Formats: sequence, C-alpha cells, structure tokens
Amino acid sequence: MKDTAKLVLTQAGPFLGLLVVIALFSIPIETREFFLTYHNFKTIFTQTVIVAIGALGMTMIIVSGGIDLSVGSSIALSSVVGALFIQAGWGTATSVAAMIFSGGLIGLLNGAAIAGLRMTPFIITLGTLGVARGTAKWIADNQTVNYETSPLNTWMTTADPFGYALPTGVWVALGLAVLTALVLRNTVFGRHVFALGSNEATARLCGIPTTRLKILIYALAGCFFGLAGLFQLARLRQGDPTVAVGLELDIIAAVIIGGASLSGGVGTILGSMIGALIMAVLRNGSQQMGWPTYFQEIIIGLVIIVAVFVDRLRQGRQT
Amino acid sequence: MTDLGPAAALRLTGIKKSFGATHALRGVSLQIAPGEVHAIIGENGAGKSTLMKVLSGAHTADEGTMELAGNAFAPASPHDARMKGVAMIYQELNLAFHLSAQENILLGAESASLGWVDRKVSRERARAALALLGHEHLDLDRPAGSFTIATQQVIEIARALLTNPKVLIMDEPTSSLTQADTERLFATIARLRDQGVSILYISHFLEECRKIADRYTILKDGETVGTGNMSEVSLDQIVTLMTGREVKDLYPRVEHKPGAVLLEAKEVASAPRLKRASFQLRAGEIFGLAGLIGAGRTDLLRTLFSLDRIDSGDVCILNAPEGGSTPGERWAQGVGFLSENRKEEGLMLTLSIADNLTLTKHASFGRFGWIDGRRQRAVAQRWVEDLRVKCRDASQPIGQLSGGNQQKVALARLLEHPARIFLLDEPTRGIDVGSKAQIYQLIGELAGAGKAVVVVSSYLPELLGLCDTIGVMCRGELSAIRPRSEWTEAEIMRVATGSA
Repeated sequence: MKDTAKLVLTQAGPFLGLLVVIALFSIPIETREFFLTYHNFKTIFTQTVIVAIGALGMTMIIVSGGIDLSVGSSIALSSVVGALFIQAGWGTATSVAAMIFSGGLIGLLNGAAIAGLRMTPFIITLGTLGVARGTAKWIADNQTVNYETSPLNTWMTTADPFGYALPTGVWVALGLAVLTALVLRNTVFGRHVFALGSNEATARLCGIPTTRLKILIYALAGCFFGLAGLFQLARLRQGDPTVAVGLELDIIAAVIIGGASLSGGVGTILGSMIGALIMAVLRNGSQQMGWPTYFQEIIIGLVIIVAVFVDRLRQGRQT
Repeated sequence: MTDLGPAAALRLTGIKKSFGATHALRGVSLQIAPGEVHAIIGENGAGKSTLMKVLSGAHTADEGTMELAGNAFAPASPHDARMKGVAMIYQELNLAFHLSAQENILLGAESASLGWVDRKVSRERARAALALLGHEHLDLDRPAGSFTIATQQVIEIARALLTNPKVLIMDEPTSSLTQADTERLFATIARLRDQGVSILYISHFLEECRKIADRYTILKDGETVGTGNMSEVSLDQIVTLMTGREVKDLYPRVEHKPGAVLLEAKEVASAPRLKRASFQLRAGEIFGLAGLIGAGRTDLLRTLFSLDRIDSGDVCILNAPEGGSTPGERWAQGVGFLSENRKEEGLMLTLSIADNLTLTKHASFGRFGWIDGRRQRAVAQRWVEDLRVKCRDASQPIGQLSGGNQQKVALARLLEHPARIFLLDEPTRGIDVGSKAQIYQLIGELAGAGKAVVVVSSYLPELLGLCDTIGVMCRGELSAIRPRSEWTEAEIMRVATGSA
C-alpha cells in the first residue's frame, strides 16, 4: 500500500510540478482573466510542439546513456532543406521525407562516430552541432530561403483565435509521444535502450549488439529532430539557417525536468512531455505577466535545478 | 598470546562489527610492536578488509577497544586516523593521474598560505617523504600517470608517509606488481621497519607473508584464531588455521556423472594476461578454476565467452550452431556467463528483476519486436519463487535487493535462457551463507541434469567441496588439471603461487 503511494508520487512528480506552475499563473490579477482559458492552452500546446518532438528523440538518447547537442543545428538544417525542396517545386510528401531524412542523416553520423570511434557523445555531437549549422548556412547560401506558399504553413497556425481545432503539429506530437512511449516500454528495442543506458557492460554480456543499437538510437532520434525542423519551418514559413540556436538545451532540460537521469537507464516519455509543457507554460505565463525575457531565462534555469534536486530527494528516500 | 604490554604500537581488544544480521567481526584481538611487519592472514570473507576499515576510521567498531602507543584510539574518519598516526595504502592505486608526482604526494596536505601553494616547502616535504623510501631522485614534475605502476605505488606510499604515521596498513600491495617490483617493495618495507614504523601487511600470497613479516595474526570468520612469530610456523599450519572447517555440510552432493565433451579449449591466449589454457569440459561435470587474483582465471572465462578477443588458440562448443565470435552468438550456442562483478557488469541496477532476468531473450516474449510484459513478468515471478528471491515482486528494481538475492537473479538469467554450459565467475562472492548453500545446491543439480559448469573461485573450500575436476592457473597459464581427490588446499596454493 505504502509502496503504491510512493510509486504514484514518483510517477506523478513532474505532473504535480506542472499543476503548481499553472496554479501560480492563475492567481495574479494580470493573468487571471486569460491564462486559464482553452485558447491560451491551445497557444501553449502549439508552442510546445517543436521542443516536445525534439524531446521524444532526446529521451531515447538520454535513457540510453548518451546526449545529443546537435539538435538545434539539425532542426535548422532540416528546415532549410525543406524550404529548398518546396522552393524547387517538390510536393509536400517529398519535402517532409527530405526533412526527416536530413535529420536522420545527422543522427546516423552521430551514432556511427560515437559507436564506431568509441568517443563520448558530448564531444561528437558538439562537433556535429557546428557541422550541421554550417551546412545549413551553406546550402541556404547564408540567407533565409523563401517560398511562395505550402500546405505546411497551416500545420502550426493558431491564426484563428476563436477556432477550437488544434493545429496538425499538436496532434502529430501527441500521436508520436504515445507511439514512442509504447515502443520504449513494450518493445525489444525499447527495453534494450534502457538496458544499454542502465549498464552497457551488462548489455554486452547479454549478447545485445551495442554498437548497432547505438547507431540505431541516434539515427532514429535524428529523424525526430528532422521532424521538429519541419514544424519549425511550418511556424516560420521560411527556411532560416540561424534558427533554433541553443534549442538543444531547452530539449535536454525538458527531458531532465521530466525525471530522466543523465547517467542513463531512467526516464519516461510522459515525464519529458510534461517537462516540455512546464517550460512552455512558464514562458507563456511570464509573457502575460509582462516580465522581460531575461527574467524568463532565470526562472527556467532555476526550475531545472529545483526539478533535479527534488528528483534526487525522491530517489534518496526510495532506498 | 604474548602480551607486549605498554610497548605495543597498536593494540586491538575484542573488536566486533556487524552489518545488519551479518557479523563481519566477532571479536578480533591484535598486538603489534613498534618497527614490526605484521601479516594479517585469512580467506576472503574472514574479516580482513572490515578490520582494516575499522582501523583506518572508515567504519566504527560496535564493541572493543583500540589503543595507539598506549592512548585510546577511536578515529572518526580516515582523515582523523591519518592525522593520529594510522595511514592506509589501498589495493587499488588512488592517484590523480594528470597531476604531477609532487602534487599527488601532497594532495590534501598542501603547504600553503592563504590558499597559495608554497612551492618550495612543498617540494622539500615531497622530497623528504621520498627519501624515506630511497627514491629521492624521482622527477617530481612528471604526471603521476606517466610512471610505471611500481613507481606509482612509491608515490602513494610517500603520500602516506607525509604525516609520519606510527602504523602503516598495506592492503594487497603486490597484487598488481611484477616479481622484480615486489622485491623492491619489500626493500622499501624493510627500510620503513628499520625506521620504527609498524606495518600491517595484508596479502593472499602466503609465501610473501612468510618472507616479509615478523609476526602474523590469522582471522577466520571474523575472529582471531592464531597469532605468533612467522619463523615458528609452517605454511601448512597456517593453511589449516585459515580454513579448518567442516566443509561437507555446506556442499551437498547431487549424483552426477560426466558424459560427452561439450566444450574444448585449445591453447587459448588473450593479451595481456591469459597466456595459455587448454581443457575439456564434459556434460554433467563441474570444473573448478583456482588461482590467485590476476592469474588469468577471469580472462579465460571472458575469452571463452568472446567478451575478450582471442589472440590465438581455439574454443570449440560441440553440438552447437556455427559462430561464437560475440557474446550474443555464445548465448545462441547455449553458453551462459555470470560476471564476478555483479554491480558493474552483471546487472542493470535501475531496471526490474524481470528485465534483468530475461535480457538475453527479450525477443522470445512477443511478436514483431513487441514484448508481452505480462508473460515476461510471469516467467520472472516463477524463478523468484523457485529460488526464494526476497523481493516485492518481479517488477522491483534489482538495485534494491541484497547481494545474495541479486546473485540468484543473475544466475536465473542463465537458467531461463537456458544455457547448457555455465561459466560462473566467483558465483558466491560477497553473499550470505544461506544464499551460498543454495547456489551450491543449484550448481550440483545443474550437473545432475547434464549441464556443464565452470566455477572460478578464490575460496578453496568451495572448489574442493563442489567440483569434480580442478585446474589451477598461475601467471596466465592453466598448469595443472586433476580430479578433486588429488588436490588439497595446500597443494592448490603451492601450484597457484608457483612455488611447486
């Protein structure tokens, strides 16, 4: 009985955090009117899409005991690739495939270098952070890539303030989150990701092909990052090679706030999604309070530290 | 026991220490004279390391008294013990490899004013400590990592000498040294002894203890069972005192008969430690591998299991599919491996019992890559009940279980797979007696059911009680393989230490 209560508390930790943050912004007079409305949450969900999809891939990587710093650059590259495809007159499906492929390619590169050269993910992805960003600027000829119009443009829109339908991006993120959560929980691949992150030596001893698995994880996560680039493009409606600088830190923060451990073996998709939402709610609420952006940065920074500290306390009490 | 009276440098009386229900020390008494090398001898689990931790301040004794040069001695921490005059040198080197030799020697005791390191004084102090060891010409500015292991050990000893200790504890100092380096270390020890430092010398190598120690104390099951002058005792007498226990109760015999050959190793070698090993393993046979730590026993098992690369020679698994160049292919051939290092290699501590137990065969719990979690847990639950693993249920993270229960799950992984050939590296290390007896029983039953088992163990009574055949490794070579009836503990020790 006590164990069940503890388990619920452990699982619900990030969720309680989200409720606290929402409650805090519902109280002040400045935000009371508008904050707790459906339309505001529609905006918040839409603003979460890019970080959330990135966090899906990042959760896999962090649970496997790795890290990927090249996400922001991958997203920029993917959005530039997409813009170029649309500009050249390719159809939506082809352009989407090209974007996912470009992200997957960077991921494949990361995975192959990390597993093949046996180097730390931090170093390799720090390198590809530069490589992907540079490539994006190169193929975009160092400027934004514009195109007439594309069906993509409606996928992230909240233009109709009185409409109730959520934009495509939110549904895609939600669907992928459910799928990824199931894959991590219930498939051989998913359990092997946990095994690799929990103890690589054991994984090897038990006959798991760790090299191949690592490459697969980074490549698959890369596809998620390519998809995040797609929604970046849908939001901006132009391919900007300088977009999403530092976004990798937001994505990593979402995963960590969600309860994953940087040493691997621990983490959930639900937690990461809530982590992404907590940050979006904080941004949205701060804006409505009229706080300057630097203030938001300070708050989010502190939230990361508090979240991990609380997590540690909880873990400590367990044993 | 001869009482040294007030002359004793260190006196321990009736030291007791328990961890939960485990009595690590049941009453250890010990006296050491100034300027004496005193060997602490005992099997694994006899309480040596707990005793050293109590002495060095890492643990506090539950009962008993300690006196250092006539004064009560109750260190609160290793730092406190060091400041009061008891320094310890651990089995593993504790150096910051990127810092210079000088910085390493002075680590934690730097000469500084207002936080600024006083280079001149520091240098003099480091030199003085090295001079005690006869190494005053060592290049103090070189990074510690660039020296040989023997010199690194000198640096470590110099650090211990910085606080002018009255008692220096050395835990298995020669386990990673070559013969020549060992000789040099002995010269250093003799030098320190002549300067009045008392040395507590802990080692598995009995020959070494006989050579360097003036007196000895033998521990068994957490108690002092003998003490005296080294010159008045024979090697066999020491071994008898160390191991004298009725072994037949702990090792129940299950009827089994060796059958067809299942595994054949021919001249297997793997750099750097494994030089040459050949043997045959039959169905229904329990084959024991004895030898000192570092003699290549673990390396042999890892090479057989393709965890380490085979440099030359041949491993043949009979009646099995082709392949075997990766651990995955070995599992497919019906070979299972139990790591000696449960926490770092054997198990994934953050994951559930069910995940740990079925990791080698996840794919068989469903279709198209999707795992049927309920079936997986049901299978794990059955083993949990069969092996009486104490836990909430099969979904509990394995890190929360005791060592003995963790080991049962690690073994169950091989049983569930199921393996035909069991490679077990120290299967009973660090677990309680109850779980030990259960694992012995299990190994016996495996042999009875026609499985082949290799057991590596440092605990000789275990090998003699359990195995049909025992091979002894010495310096990377599997030198002698004989039926159990032709071995005694003393004989194994003689072959293992190369003194045969």
